Order: sequence, then structure tokens, then C-alpha cells
Amino acid sequence: MADEFRVLIVDDEDEFRETLVARLKKRNLKVWGAESGRRALDLMETIVFDVVVLDIKMPGMDGIEALEQMKKKTQLTEVILLTGHASIEAGIEGMKLGAFDYLMKPVNIDELLAKIRQAYQRKVVQEQP
Amino acid sequence: MEEKDYKKLWWKIVVAILSFSLIPLFALGIAIYYQFSVSYTAKVVEDLKTLVENRRSAIDLFFDERVSQLVTLAHTHTLEQLSDERHLTTMFNTMQTRSKSFIDIGIIDRKGNQVAYVGPYPELKGVNYRKEDWFQSVLYKGVYISDVFMGFRKFPHFIIAVTSRDNDWILRATINSDIIDNIVRAAQMGRKGDAFIINKRNIIQTAPRFSGQLFGRPRTPDFSKTVEPLVEEAAQGSEHSFFGASEINNTRWILVVKEEFGEQLTPLLKARYVALALCLTGILIIVLGTLLTTGSMMKELLRVEREKAICDDIVIQSSKMAALGKMAAGVAHEINNPLAVIEEKAGWIRDLLIPEDIAHDKNLKEFDDAARNIELHVQRAKKVIHRLLGFARRMEPVRERVDVNTTLNDTVDLLGNESKYRNIDIEMDLQPELPKIMSDSSQLQQVFLNIINNAIDAAGSAADADRKEGKILIRTALLSNSNEILIEISDNGPGIPKEHINKIFDPFFSTKKIGNGTGLGLSIVYSIVEKLGGRITVTSEIGKETAFTIYFPMK
Repeated sequence: MADEFRVLIVDDEDEFRETLVARLKKRNLKVWGAESGRRALDLMETIVFDVVVLDIKMPGMDGIEALEQMKKKTQLTEVILLTGHASIEAGIEGMKLGAFDYLMKPVNIDELLAKIRQAYQRKVVQEQP
Repeated sequence: MEEKDYKKLWWKIVVAILSFSLIPLFALGIAIYYQFSVSYTAKVVEDLKTLVENRRSAIDLFFDERVSQLVTLAHTHTLEQLSDERHLTTMFNTMQTRSKSFIDIGIIDRKGNQVAYVGPYPELKGVNYRKEDWFQSVLYKGVYISDVFMGFRKFPHFIIAVTSRDNDWILRATINSDIIDNIVRAAQMGRKGDAFIINKRNIIQTAPRFSGQLFGRPRTPDFSKTVEPLVEEAAQGSEHSFFGASEINNTRWILVVKEEFGEQLTPLLKARYVALALCLTGILIIVLGTLLTTGSMMKELLRVEREKAICDDIVIQSSKMAALGKMAAGVAHEINNPLAVIEEKAGWIRDLLIPEDIAHDKNLKEFDDAARNIELHVQRAKKVIHRLLGFARRMEPVRERVDVNTTLNDTVDLLGNESKYRNIDIEMDLQPELPKIMSDSSQLQQVFLNIINNAIDAAGSAADADRKEGKILIRTALLSNSNEILIEISDNGPGIPKEHINKIFDPFFSTKKIGNGTGLGLSIVYSIVEKLGGRITVTSEIGKETAFTIYFPMK
């Protein structure tokens, strides 16, 4: 049974992003990929995502900046941060800016899936009047 | 600084202090001694002069009195009156009541005949003195005092002769020279001092103590030409003496007083010994003081130097760590990204293995195992990188809540390969739910790292030597009554000998081979533990075990 929510994976590493998208699709999620923060924001113009998985370290607009812009656009989309190194500081800064949680790369698929579900749950709860 | 340099510095300081204090001491000592010697010698000379003058005037006085007695007698009587021996006896007795210095008295007429005589030698009456030297001399000068001679009487005596007022006859008296002897003898000072009278021909007139025989020549320098009173120093063989000489007014005699140098200068010699003793004591005290001060100074210097070495070592260590940390962070990021891709790819392969058509492939299990293994090893690599990052984060000294158990686990993980390679079993007995303490985890890790490293060495060497199993036990506990936590790290190595156990926290103390240890490990441990507010103790039993116990207060 398909989870009826939409997920956006933002990561500059094509191989990683594409494989992750494929794997999540295989787990019956509606998944999109974006190779940069800019592209992610463009996509968000047309599609309403429930959860965004966002890499912090990217060329150009980095994850934290992208997060700020996303949160400006809509408070309702939950964001999970991915960090390439154990930078708790960046993670904590992201949380302050409204991210749902942060995960360390490389990330276990099941862990990520669980986190995405939790984020969606929160979104659902918050949307209720 | 090296041992040799310390020795050199020590010598420099000692020599400097000694020369700065001893040179003035010597100068002062010599100056004072010289000054004292000069003024004391001057005083001795002055005293001798006074003594000589004093004796001379006593002798002068004696002669003056005798002469004036005789002159009075001669001038107040006529030849006829005194030629009467009864009258002369009366006069002689009157004179003798005042002093017994006269032996006899005689009256001699112009022709030299003794016309009257009173005294113990009546046969002398009628003797003619016309041929005697003194007879002409007295007629010429009015007063004559002879040298001492034996004469008819066979004992030393001398005569005083005076003429009558009209120079017509002569009054002659004999005086026992004992009296002069006595006066002179009063100037014979000390054990070796001497005093005697010589005449103008340097013939002794009164018996000296040591310097010669009566009527002989004195064994002293010749003072017979003395006119003004003088004092001089003279050396004769080993004897070193002062001589005082003065001419006696009424006679042609010279009083000579001799004083032995050593005897007179005894106080000076004593002063010399006292000064020498004081000097030696001073030198001893200065040398002792110098050695003590320099010793403690060097000790202090050594301590500071050692502290500095520890400090430097800690700084070097931490800057090394900082550089390593930065590198670790960079490397971790660069490796994490490919690892993430690899993990995803492996996961993707496993995802693709699920569909039915491949499920029957005979290699399915192999594929699945391979993918799983890839995932497993990615996890392993991830763990290593996490640890590296954890290490990298611990750069700046901080005060944070530290879970000691976690820090211990991390440290043991870091040393896992080493202990495995040396076949040492590390057993952990950690108190669950140990309260966190306020501390610095990276410094704590340094402490644990150093101690466990040592433990591995110890247990390893025990294992190599005795073929017993190397074992390390790490234990934590909560001491609720003292509100402390305890960390104990023990090994079953060879133990620490008693004579070393007090030194193991000293800097540069190492029993490892040169080049294998700086000897700073445990001193760093000690200073870190102190800084973090804890304390560390060590117990050891030879051949059995060594245990380091660290206590940290709970805050």
C-alpha cells in the first residue's frame, strides 16, 4: 500500500540521489530528486511536498540556506537534514531553523524511511485544525 | 637544558657568589690585620721608648741625688774639717741614714793622697790616686763619675768624685753598682726582655740577663754612639727584637733595653689567629651558604624547566591534535560521501534481488551476502569515521558534561587493535548509569589513553615473559559517601618496584628504553587530573598487578 505523501530528495551527488530515489520509490513512496537547493525551490513551486530530505553541504546554495528559503515558502513542509560529517553544530542550527531532525551520511535506508514517516506524522498532526 | 649545562651553570653561580663575597672578606681581613699590626707595633715602640726614658730618668735622678749630696758636703766643709775622720764618719753616717748607696768615702788632697777615709777598707787610707785618669778629669771638670770596675774591692762598683769649692781637694765616694743594677733590672720585661748599661766603648756596665757578661761586649747591635733616645727593630738569627737606647745625662753611659718581638706582640699574634679563625669561619659559612642557595636555586630552576617541558609537551600534543582534527574532519567528509553512495548502491542491489525472477537464481544467496557484506563494511568504516570526528571535535579545552563510561569505551576502541595484536584481553566492568561529571572529554581521553597504553605495555611484557595471558581490567564505580566517581585501570604486568613508585609521576622518569618513552606520559596524566579537580593514586604488587585509580568529584 502506497504511502500517500510526497518526498523530495535534495543532494548534489547524482549517484547517491538517484539511487536513493529509486530505493524509496521501490518502497512505494512518491519521490522526486533535485540536484541543488535552487532546483528544489523551483520544484516546490509546482509540487507540494510533505517531506524534504536535504543535504547540508552542497555547492552554490547550501542546505541551511535552502532550508531557510523553504521555510519562508511554507511552514508545513517538514525537512530532514543530511550531514556529510558529524557536524552537530550545523544540525542544531538546522533544527533551530525548523528542520525536523538531522541524520548522518551514510544513512541506513530503514532509518531514513522511519524518519520520513515520523516527519509526515508530525505534518499531519500540525495540519489538523 | 642538559645535565652538563646545569653543572656548568652551577659552577658559574658558585664561583661568582664566592668571588663576590670572599674577595671583599679577604681584603677586609688583610686591611684590618695590617692596620692593627701597624698601630700595635707603633704602640709597642712607644711603650718601649717610654720605658727607656723612665729608667733613664730614674738613673739620672739617682746620680743627681748622689752628686748633689757629695757636692753639698764638699762645698760646705773645709779640707781640715773633713780630714778629721771622726767628723767625716759623722757626715758619712748622716748621709747613710737617707740611703745605703755609699760604700765608703774619702778625701784626697791636691797631690792625690787620700788624707781621710771612712768605710770597710781602712788600708785604703794613704793610697795615692795621682796617676789615675779620673784624678785629672775631676780636677778639670769638677764632677766625675767612673765606669764600673772591680778595683781593689773585688766587686763591681764605681766612684763619684767632686772637687771642693776652691778646686783644692777632692771628695771621692764609692757606690755599689747593685743599686744601678736594680734600677736597670726593673726594665727587664717578660721572659726574654733584657736591660743593661754600656759605656761609650760598648762595654757592659751592669749584668744583663742574656745579652752578655759584665765588662764584656753585648751580643746586641752597638748602641755606644747613641746620643738621642732611639728605638729600633733588629733581627738576630731566629730572634727578632726591639731595642731602646738612651744616653744617661751625668755619665758617659747608655741604657739599652731589649724586648723580644714575639713576646711584646703576643696580643697581635693572638689577633692574627682570631682574624684567621674569623676569616675561616666566614669562608665556611659563605661556602656553605653558597652551596645551599645555589643548590636550591638549581632545584627550583630544574623544577620550572620540567614544568615548562610538560607544558610544551601538552601544547605540542594539543596542536598536533588540532591539526589532526582538522584533517580528520576534512577526510571524514570526503570519505562519507562515497561511502553513502556505496551503501545506497549496495542497498539498491539488495532491493533488486527481491523480485521473483532472480529469486531462483542459484547465485542469489551469494549476491545477497555480498551486498550485505558491503553494507556491513560501510557501517564499519562509518564507525571509524565517527570516532575520528569525535576525536576531531575535542580540540579546545571545555567544561562539558562527560559520560566517563563512553569516554572509556571510545578510548578502548581506539586502542583495540593494539591490544588485540599483543593478545591482551581488556575487560570492562563499568558501573551502569554512572552520573556525568563536569570535565573535558578530550583531556580525559588523553589521561585514559596514556594509562591504558602503559597498561598494554606492562601486560604485554608480562605476557611475553611469563606466557600468561595479558589482562587489563577497567572498572568504574560510584562512591556515594564521598560523592566521587572512581575509575580504576589495572593490569597484570610485572608491577612497579617500590623504589620507583614515588617517582612515576615525575617528569622525565621512564623505565622504558631511551627513545621509547619521553617519561612525560604519567606526569601529563597527573597534571591533567589535578587540573580537572581529581586525584590519582597508584598501587602495585611486584609480579602481580598495577592499579591506577582516579577519583573525580561529582558536581
